[in-house]
Amino acid sequence: MSDKIDARGLSCPQPVILTSKKIKELEKGVFEVLVDTDTSRENVSRFAQRSGWQVEVDRMEDDYRLVLRKD
Amino acid sequence: MTTVKNFFASRWGIVSAGVFVGVFAAVLQKLGNPANMGICVACMERDIAGALGLHRAALVQYLRPEIIAFVLGAFIAALLFREFKPRGGSSPILRFFLGFFAMIGALVFLGCPWRALLRLAGGDGNAIVGLAGLTAGIWVGVLFLKSGYTLGRTTKVKSFSGWIFPIAMVTLLVLLLVAPQFGRTPEGTPTGPIFFSSKGPGSQHAPILISLLVGLGVGFLAQRTRLCTMGAIRDVILIKNTHLLSGILGIVVAAFVMNLVLGQFKAGFAGQPIAHTDVLWNFMGMALSGLAFALAGGCPGRQLFLSGEGDGDAAVFATGMIVGAGFSHNFSMASSAAGPGPYGPITVIIGLIFCMVVGFTMREKMA
Repeated sequence: MSDKIDARGLSCPQPVILTSKKIKELEKGVFEVLVDTDTSRENVSRFAQRSGWQVEVDRMEDDYRLVLRKD
Repeated sequence: MTTVKNFFASRWGIVSAGVFVGVFAAVLQKLGNPANMGICVACMERDIAGALGLHRAALVQYLRPEIIAFVLGAFIAALLFREFKPRGGSSPILRFFLGFFAMIGALVFLGCPWRALLRLAGGDGNAIVGLAGLTAGIWVGVLFLKSGYTLGRTTKVKSFSGWIFPIAMVTLLVLLLVAPQFGRTPEGTPTGPIFFSSKGPGSQHAPILISLLVGLGVGFLAQRTRLCTMGAIRDVILIKNTHLLSGILGIVVAAFVMNLVLGQFKAGFAGQPIAHTDVLWNFMGMALSGLAFALAGGCPGRQLFLSGEGDGDAAVFATGMIVGAGFSHNFSMASSAAGPGPYGPITVIIGLIFCMVVGFTMREKMA
């Protein structure tokens, strides 16, 4: 079961801050980040990729589910 | 469409947006906007406040089309790319006062971060002090962000809430073009508002159509690329990321080159246009603004672009800025070329205290 961060409705740069904390905590593994704007999706994806994590993006109705993975 | 979207999200995309801003800010100055003020969100919102009679400083009254077009350009971009999402409810009254004090600080320095960059590109050495202050304020903001500061979640709201700010901007455009006189003298003669300065920076403006077109372009590109002058500095400090910084370097370099080409570059500290040399209050004014922008999640330009996307929280911040401009001039807080106004410095201190209280009290334990 992957960890999940709900960053929906949070303004910049909180989604990235929460993602950063989780990345530092886990160092590797899988976790999800929920965001609700394209800006947050881009910011979290860019940050995760630059930190060496792979990012998969699932479009949900109004939101995005980002699955971050690092082996 | 995906390729276009990917370009805007790329480093080249944001650099291009910055270059567009820098080039056309210099062009707007050449075509009539005040010196080193081709674009200045704070000064221009202050001019709008003056035009509406929220203050009566006769030299700075004009319904700046650039501000109107920033919102509408972002609005068009958001609609086209399906990013128009009416939302709000994240500590609106705090955001209002953050905007209020951000404007107070900016008018002590005599510019927002956009103008600070353009002043730098125009050779104004005082901008270095302002940018140092801005960085210091943002740095304090980052400390709060790292310790769990949040203004809370925004939520989806009914459509009209997202439309109202763009509609208000269209209304301002109509007022600019029609120039009605709503005021009455004691004798009953029509008078402003709407006010139009006949002297001073408020009387200096590029042709309306050009200002609108440039503003629409800036609004569109800035919405797509998420250009943010505060975020650029914040992200370097917070996550050592230079993506947004690339955009503002684009602004500075492009404006600098255009200023040289157009003969608008004059290096120095003393005698710079619409600027003063008071080191302490140039620093502190921008420090207040920087902290307020960091706590509110965006520079004043970004707040306008977000407002165009339907973000009611950003619209409240922008409204706070306009009201702050009214107070700034009415209460003698705004600076002039001679230096800070009599009540500018004390209000900057009050603003910093306010921001620190917001920063400390709005922290949540981060899970």
